[in-house]
Amino acid sequence: MKLEDIRSKVNPTFFKEHQNSLYKSLEDKHTTIEEMDDGDPLNAKMVLNMGPQHPATHGVLRMVLQLNGETIEKAKLDIGYLHRGVEKIAENKTYQEFMPYTDRMDYLSPYSNNVALCTAVEKIANVEVPERAHYIRMIGCELARISSHLLWLGTLVMDAGAVSFFIWTFREREKIYDIMDHLTGHRFTVSHARIGGVANDITDSAMGLIKEFAQTFPKELKGWHKFLDRNRIFIDRNENVGNVPTEKALAIGATGPVLRATGYAYDIRKFAPYARYDEIDFEVPTRLEGDNLARYFVRMEEMHESIKIIYQCLEKLPKGPVRTDNAKQAYPSKDEVYYSMEGMIHDFMMTDTGICPPAGAEAYHAVEAPKGELGYYIQSDGTGHPWRLKIKAPSFCNLQVLENILDGEMVADTVVIIGGMDPVLGEADK
Amino acid sequence: MSKELQLSDPLQKVIDALTDEFFDKIIEIYQSSGDTFVRFEADATLDLCKYLRDEQGFVYLCDIFGIDRYTNEERFEVVYNLVSLRDRTRLFLKIRCEEENPKVDSVYSLWPSANWFEREVYDMFGIRFRNHPDHRRIYMPEDYKYFPLRKEFPLLGIPGSIELPSTTPDPD
Repeated sequence: MKLEDIRSKVNPTFFKEHQNSLYKSLEDKHTTIEEMDDGDPLNAKMVLNMGPQHPATHGVLRMVLQLNGETIEKAKLDIGYLHRGVEKIAENKTYQEFMPYTDRMDYLSPYSNNVALCTAVEKIANVEVPERAHYIRMIGCELARISSHLLWLGTLVMDAGAVSFFIWTFREREKIYDIMDHLTGHRFTVSHARIGGVANDITDSAMGLIKEFAQTFPKELKGWHKFLDRNRIFIDRNENVGNVPTEKALAIGATGPVLRATGYAYDIRKFAPYARYDEIDFEVPTRLEGDNLARYFVRMEEMHESIKIIYQCLEKLPKGPVRTDNAKQAYPSKDEVYYSMEGMIHDFMMTDTGICPPAGAEAYHAVEAPKGELGYYIQSDGTGHPWRLKIKAPSFCNLQVLENILDGEMVADTVVIIGGMDPVLGEADK
Repeated sequence: MSKELQLSDPLQKVIDALTDEFFDKIIEIYQSSGDTFVRFEADATLDLCKYLRDEQGFVYLCDIFGIDRYTNEERFEVVYNLVSLRDRTRLFLKIRCEEENPKVDSVYSLWPSANWFEREVYDMFGIRFRNHPDHRRIYMPEDYKYFPLRKEFPLLGIPGSIELPSTTPDPD
């Protein structure tokens, strides 16, 4: 399919130059491969646009696929339909003010995003976090991981053809929303972590719900294993589909479960432990195959590990404050704000100026978000606003992997492969 | 030079080897908040990166991003975030380029994952990469003329710079 052929058929209304260069780049991909048969007597070749409004692309991902019959010859991804420029916004906000924006990056696991921002700011500004806050954060992060994996599981199985499964995983997600409601005060965009700790302590009702969830969820998970692990239809749809070869995985920048499904046990929780993950006993599940089924097993096992971590955190949860008691670094507690003049002034200063890391300081801190390595690089100029804040988004990296592995797959499998990659466009598009 | 730094043993070895091999190219090595940064001459990018990848085990390119320093000279900075899985270390490389026609070498030939990272840097800062296989913008449409993360770009954007669908039905 030549660019001229596409041009004669497609007449874009918007961003003409953009569309043209996208088709051009599709044409240029693999220029080394000779056209086997330039004539196309059966008319089997076409260029297919999937997305950005396609329901199976999990957001606003657009793929331009060049097909030969049902096989994808080459594929190009077009992202940016959800670009909001959060890095630019960050440069004009105080660090704490920026946190609600991180909720909306990977909106399936807001808690991990909050923690990622906080840990980076704490690293650059040298803020000590109380023990109890670390453990509360870990519980929140693992709940977020389960919540994110539940959505992945539901949609993956739905993409493979079983719709009712989606309802089952969402019933469990609903429980996590309820826990978040009791733990943080919000169901979805939680913004619970604070620089120097967390916003509030675990309430008794949240504690009860977490314990109940940790007890009932493994049983539910066991049922799903029984349902899917040896399910002929599910395995046929996923085995040997969307292969990421082990030797290529690092080079094309895979991260998170996608990388671990190819055999590399690269998990930030073990690689550079943050919070108190070094005091917790857990495994990093890996597989060698690198296909969609391997990613399924890795994520399923990760959910088991998350429950293990939550149990250990609940057991070890120390007593004490949940936010550092230094008015120059963190918000004072509400008791202080309401009953003392000083507390009020500090609260105002934190809201107005916020925490000011030393001028010229730079720091990068990554956490293991459900999708992979989520890192924040911050460069400070000594004011309350970051000079530069760069987000290393795992979905962005995994989408690049997707562009590399789609060639040679079947059109019908793209939906399952996207499901297995589990990208969140809010994060990939920033 | 690297004496006053507090480095872990594997990282110390890397830094020592690097200073031996590229002593005339390295401008400074410094630490900030526990992270190690190596700044070097932009013309040594490919050699130095190849050395780190092949000899020192930095097989994983985590990220590439740009920084607008907003200075008269050497305004833009490109940072490479490298990870060695073998030694469990992370190293940051920095190069600088001028405001006029900023151009650096693409490391796509070493790490194919640089493809999208470099496209993002180009999209946001207008830094071009030599020998990049697919040099297009990544977030903004190709028709867009500005580079949003440069400091002079206004937070609210430039009115009329992007074509939007009309919100009212066609008159005819």
